[in-house]
Amino acid sequence: MSTLTLWVLILLAGAGTFLMRLSGIQLFGDRQMPAALKKPLRFVPAAVISAIVLPAIVYGGPEPGFHAENVRLYAGLIAAVVAWTSRSVLATLGAGMVSLWLLQWLFQVFGVSA
Amino acid sequence: MLSTDRQHALMDGLRAVAPMLPGVVPFGMMAGIAAIEAGMGPLAGFAMSVIVFAGASQLIMAQLWGDGALPLVILFTALLINLRMVMYSTSLAPYFGGLSFRGRSIIAYLLTDQAYALSITRFYGASRTDGSQENSLRWRFDYYVGIALTLWVVWLFATLAGIWLGANIPASWQVGFALPLVFLVLLVPVVRDRPSIVAALVGGSVAVLAHEAPYQMGLTIGGIAGIIAGVMAESLLEKREATAE
Repeated sequence: MSTLTLWVLILLAGAGTFLMRLSGIQLFGDRQMPAALKKPLRFVPAAVISAIVLPAIVYGGPEPGFHAENVRLYAGLIAAVVAWTSRSVLATLGAGMVSLWLLQWLFQVFGVSA
Repeated sequence: MLSTDRQHALMDGLRAVAPMLPGVVPFGMMAGIAAIEAGMGPLAGFAMSVIVFAGASQLIMAQLWGDGALPLVILFTALLINLRMVMYSTSLAPYFGGLSFRGRSIIAYLLTDQAYALSITRFYGASRTDGSQENSLRWRFDYYVGIALTLWVVWLFATLAGIWLGANIPASWQVGFALPLVFLVLLVPVVRDRPSIVAALVGGSVAVLAHEAPYQMGLTIGGIAGIIAGVMAESLLEKREATAE
């Protein structure tokens, strides 16, 4: 396809994305938000962050899905416990990555998946 | 020169986002590599990172462009994936209402999953502490820019690295796993009562179930399902309390 089409596409996608990013702040920045909207908004962070995290853990790795060889499931569970108790990003990153690498190595050495 | 207070707020944001950067870099590199593989060329590939600045939609745009999809279909898909930005923007509105249009535009242009999650959790925490300087509009703006501008710079450099080096981090390192781990920590403070636990459980489960949904819509579908579940759980609990009294 032509270069012009590509550039128009990129510009339109950028403009549309910008308008969506601006929409809420612009519409509800100055006026009181209707109560019917306020209620659901309280749950946006919990619902959306969880919707980012779980699929990324379950389906993000080289062995995606719910089965015993998907080491991300175990590492994710360990990291979740550390996150819950410590609330520390570094501690959670450390626990999650180290347990992921360790488990990956263990699975390779002992051939659990074989 | 910025006042020391403002520098502190910016640095606070930078510190908050720093642990996320190792997860952002490979994602940004992928955006660059995908654009090259799709035959978009280095300039358009980089321009996409500057103009669209939204990872998932950039990856989809590159893939569909390479597949030779209709431009209108590519545009629609990219915007559909970014629909969640409407939720984020609306959720941030109470905290940024006092800004000028220019200020709002800066917030909007830099809005990403990471910037949203990091700032909303901090704003929410501060709003429950009376008299904290973190409740000023100025502080919020600087803190947000500290996060979002850092992400922007890192994103552009990562895209460049992906375009020019085509470098491949060994897949066995699985650095991409860092991203969900950071989001996991952000989830803890926002899951604060029973309705929000329901929202998180339903949101995450539905997103997992819908992970094969076309156009990477699983996140949006899961998010909406979680929000509805949270509202329903809240009104159920309120009803039960009312009858108990």
